[in-house]
Amino acid sequence: MSYAKRSPWLLHYDASSCNGCDIEVLACLTPVYDVERFGIINTGDPKQADILLITGAVNDQNKEVVKQLYEQMPEPKVVVAVGICACSGGIFRDCYNILGGVDTVIPVDVYVPGCAARPESIIDGVVKGLGVLEEKQRKMEAER
Amino acid sequence: MSDIEAIILALVYLILAPVAGCVLAGVDRKLSARMQGRRGPPIRQPYYDVRKFMEKEQITSNGVQDFYVACYLLFVIVTGCMFFAGMDLLLVLFTLTLGETFLILAAYCSGSPFSQVGAQRELYVAMAYEPILLLAAIAFYLQTGSFAIGDIASSDGMAVIPLIGVFVAFLYALTMKLRKSPFDLSMSHHAHQDLVRGMTTEFSGRTLAMLEVSHWYENIMLLALVALFFMDGTWVGFAVGLVVAVLAYLLEVYIDNGFARMKWQTALKSGWVVALVLGVGNVIVLLLM
Repeated sequence: MSYAKRSPWLLHYDASSCNGCDIEVLACLTPVYDVERFGIINTGDPKQADILLITGAVNDQNKEVVKQLYEQMPEPKVVVAVGICACSGGIFRDCYNILGGVDTVIPVDVYVPGCAARPESIIDGVVKGLGVLEEKQRKMEAER
Repeated sequence: MSDIEAIILALVYLILAPVAGCVLAGVDRKLSARMQGRRGPPIRQPYYDVRKFMEKEQITSNGVQDFYVACYLLFVIVTGCMFFAGMDLLLVLFTLTLGETFLILAAYCSGSPFSQVGAQRELYVAMAYEPILLLAAIAFYLQTGSFAIGDIASSDGMAVIPLIGVFVAFLYALTMKLRKSPFDLSMSHHAHQDLVRGMTTEFSGRTLAMLEVSHWYENIMLLALVALFFMDGTWVGFAVGLVVAVLAYLLEVYIDNGFARMKWQTALKSGWVVALVLGVGNVIVLLLM
């Protein structure tokens, strides 16, 4: 098993979320869910992060920010779109300023639907992301 | 202490310190989680973290920073080896400061404002604890008549009894040196604080792994310095020193979880007040005795 799977560090970015999903993401860190028992740390530093958690749809203003955060993260990295807005744009889909889901800007590996996404499903999504992370890690090693 | 013994002790430190440091860091995280009512990560988590850092792609904003962090690791190891070989305490402390300087340079040479402010704060914190470390060395000399750690460790009677003020001041400096709350203002092990990751913001991959391993080495050396206060050349002194060193670390974890971060002004002022009252006070008492 690769070590990336045992110590995934999260970077959480709020694209244009209503804060519903953000609160559920933070709920994962509380004693009730305690994701740190899997070695998960919610870091604020893209250069040290493995998993990019994005909540909310992407709009014209934060398109560049999302791209930059993604590019600053070292390989292997995984993007998890949390909440229906991040997956497809949700009810904001037709707004004039909304580009759509996160996948309109950067490649997304795991989609976690829900409004707001429940902490259980966020943890599920992250764990699924760990599988993708390991796969990418293997691919990286093979290329070396 | 003979030369062979010194070399063996230094080698033991070289090999065992990262293992012990890693376990300590794991216990720290587990204990912190328990204090917050969480299960917490496995004890081996810091090891997994470092292995992961080594697997990651290397992104360096300024190539020099890797060199500086490597120097930090090197000088921390050299410091520890000199300490366990029983060499001059002053030299050990100055080499430790040199290592620290390399870390600050590494943080300064990256363009990120977070690491710049972190480096600035680290300088203030260093200003706060350096007098205490220096006073500890002076007090050891006054008590035992030697700066050599080998002589101090085998001197008659525990140094902590006449040096109680310096010892308490040293524990205060230890919080700063281990970068625990309330003095974790330059960089924090907990994410999402005012400076993101402070000095380490621009470090990733192998650089971060090196930094983590240097912390393991440094923590063991600092705890050995705590134990030095209790060494009296017998096994009793050694055992008491070991127990007190572990207790000191647990106390630091407790303090870390019980306090919010303070401003650098508080760190600097309180550090100097503690150095003046407890450190200088104790030295004056020693001189008068």
